[in-house]
Amino acid sequence: MLVLEKNALSDEIESFVNQYGNDRASLLQILQAIQRKHKYVSDFAQQEVARLLNIHPVEVYSVITFYSFLCTQPKGRNIVRLCRTISCDMAGKDAVEDAVKRELGISFGETTKDKRITLEYTNCLGMCDQGPAMLVNEKVYTHLDPETAVNILNEIK
Amino acid sequence: MVKRDIRIPVSQQPLVVDKPKDTSTIGGMVSIQINEKKVSVPFGTTILEACKQNQIHIPTLCHHPDLCIAGVCRICVVDVEGMRTLQTACSFPVTTPIRINTSTPMVRKARRHIIDLLLSEHYGECYSCFRNGNCELQALAKEYGVDGYTFGHTDKPGREVDKSSASVIRDMSKCVLCKRCVRTCIDLQEVGVLEAIDRGHETHIGTFLDKPLADVICINCGQCINRCPTAALRANDPSDEIWNAIDNPKKHVIIQTAPSPRAAIGEEFGVEPGHSFTGELNTALRRIGFDKVFDTNFTADLTIIEEGTELLNRLKKVIVDKDESVKLPQFTSCSPGWVKFIEHFYPEYLDYLSTAKSPQQMFGAIMKTFYAKEAGIDPADIVTVALMPCAAKKFECNRPEMTASGYKDIDYGLTTREMAKMIKEAGIHLPEMPKSHFDEPFGDASGAGLIFGATGGVMEAALRTVYELVTGREVPFDNLVIEPCRGFDGVKQASVKLEKCVEKFKFLEGVELKFVVAHGTANAKKVMEMLRRGELNDVHFVEIMACPGGCLGGGGQPIPTNIDIRKKRAEAIYEEEKSLPVRKSHENPHINYIYEKFLTEGPCGHLSHKLLHTHYTKRGKYIS
Ligand code: SF4
Ligand code: SF4
Ligand code: SF4
Ligand code: FES
Ligand code: FES
Repeated sequence: MLVLEKNALSDEIESFVNQYGNDRASLLQILQAIQRKHKYVSDFAQQEVARLLNIHPVEVYSVITFYSFLCTQPKGRNIVRLCRTISCDMAGKDAVEDAVKRELGISFGETTKDKRITLEYTNCLGMCDQGPAMLVNEKVYTHLDPETAVNILNEIK
Repeated sequence: MVKRDIRIPVSQQPLVVDKPKDTSTIGGMVSIQINEKKVSVPFGTTILEACKQNQIHIPTLCHHPDLCIAGVCRICVVDVEGMRTLQTACSFPVTTPIRINTSTPMVRKARRHIIDLLLSEHYGECYSCFRNGNCELQALAKEYGVDGYTFGHTDKPGREVDKSSASVIRDMSKCVLCKRCVRTCIDLQEVGVLEAIDRGHETHIGTFLDKPLADVICINCGQCINRCPTAALRANDPSDEIWNAIDNPKKHVIIQTAPSPRAAIGEEFGVEPGHSFTGELNTALRRIGFDKVFDTNFTADLTIIEEGTELLNRLKKVIVDKDESVKLPQFTSCSPGWVKFIEHFYPEYLDYLSTAKSPQQMFGAIMKTFYAKEAGIDPADIVTVALMPCAAKKFECNRPEMTASGYKDIDYGLTTREMAKMIKEAGIHLPEMPKSHFDEPFGDASGAGLIFGATGGVMEAALRTVYELVTGREVPFDNLVIEPCRGFDGVKQASVKLEKCVEKFKFLEGVELKFVVAHGTANAKKVMEMLRRGELNDVHFVEIMACPGGCLGGGGQPIPTNIDIRKKRAEAIYEEEKSLPVRKSHENPHINYIYEKFLTEGPCGHLSHKLLHTHYTKRGKYIS
């Protein structure tokens, strides 16, 4: 990372810390803010957060690895998460899964070459009565079938 | 007010209730019933403490007397009447009159299930494990009569063994996730290398970015090893290489023994803590096949002379020459864990660190130069082993700059535990050995070198010499015991006034020589923050040891180690020193001999600088 980029990132994290407080209880909010902005929390960002909150980098890493919606590696611009829990599974998740994989040419856990979409699984989204369910960034889609799922994906920029 | 742990969010902090100062006040004592026994305990006592006071055994795993309460393993569950679920004894403070049952069918079944679940994921067989016979998990399995694997047993290692570090090996397939190492590293040492990574079934103890231990800011103190209940953490054991060297007739194998292992190794042979086995150990080591057995205290004396001279030189440069590039206070540099700590966390203060090497490394440098020549042995054939209480010494002897003699100055650092294992392997029961003395020409050391093992010891030893050099008189303390240096307070401060100085040190006339002593890197951090805030401007000398209690509580010492055991080991060391004829480093005849014969330019001269002093690396704490 260039020094200039580093400085900009440090400033940005500092402003998040000012906004949410430099207490360790603010850690999650700060990490979420960084994740929203950059789609991941880089190694350097983790160490900056640790410095500003006066905790250890490994504690920041521990929290990030605990939460599925925080990550330490860059991902695609959009994250698609398909529910894999039992109700959705019984409602036809497998067919949706195959269609989505075929359409994008990648498997779950991977990102398309153009960085447009990252495919992931999620556990129950609380939409069990309307499965199969899928989360595109922060929006939930329900009652999916292979066709609607593929259409939704194609509309994502 | 009990010191609350800020590391844990308030919502997750175990309920700790402050005990009343005066238990005779109303409500100060609470009457409870444990099984059939009615007892009364101070308000706020945990069930575990209450049971212990009444000789009722409760099993524990994540609990450790040196660490904060975690309550994560649940093995200590008991039945509290009126409560819907079982409660963890280690984290349940007694505040109301309750009735506790420690052995109901439900309690026994729950404990057994917890053990069975731990074993289902525990990889390895006890007979091929270094903790065999001294493992808390194994002991629990025995206690609860585990005779089969109710929930299965894994036959594949869950994770790769991390052997990257010169000091600490991590085998996470044996980890029971008690998080004692995490609490040790973060709370006790304030280094912060380890935490729980990932979630649920994937949870494991890991480092920042799951890097190998050698690539993060671990200071190699080994304190985590001493607190791990299983074999998940262990020191990097060189005993096979040492056996090979001993068995090779061409090699001249030398061992030096430090005072702390001598004061603790008996524990490995079932002796109560608090007995030194110096003489017995000498005999045992010769029987094992070491060619020479020397005393590290000899170079501890040398360290005092070099470090003391360096201090006096610094004082002169500051007071007389007004040289602003010279830094005071001078910090001791004999604890390799502390050295790495300051390299990582306070690299901008490295100029404050004494350049004197640790006694271990000085010894190596002298062995492969002066001794080799005197004894007529090719230094290439000399193998130097150091028996140390320390895991960081293994890293230290592998530092690339530690080759002043032209060879690796110290070949192997061996811990007390590994030494005990070698002695047992040789079929020797240490306490039964006859006593014998160290080998010449470095056979005698002063008591000053001996007390290096306890926190404050280096300071006490240095003061005895520095004061006498400067004033020509003994330190003004009864029987040379500098009481302010002793004891286990985290940070100690004191001073002695220098009066009627000899001609050479007239510039110190009337100076109040101030010193600070700290042990454990959490306290070292406090001292460094004081330095940063300018609160140490009038202090001259600071002793820091990375391990709680000093070397006697080192990461290579027998397991378990706790405050009571550390106190007993300190007593053993101070007791041994009382009986020594020479108790000041500068009066050690061998020291005078070496300055006459070898280091002829005197302390801090050219040759000293080449062999006995070192330089440090600005490491910093950012990892990329
Ligand atoms: S860690 Fe303990 S229980 Fe596990 S194999 Fe070693 S001795 Fe046995
Ligand atoms: S050796 Fe010391 S610094 Fe390293 S992980 Fe263990 S406790 Fe932490
Ligand atoms: S490595 Fe040892 S101390 Fe650390 S969590 Fe695992 S079993 Fe506990
Ligand atoms: S199972 Fe898919 S939303 Fe609940
Ligand atoms: S010892 Fe009480 S929960 Fe672990």
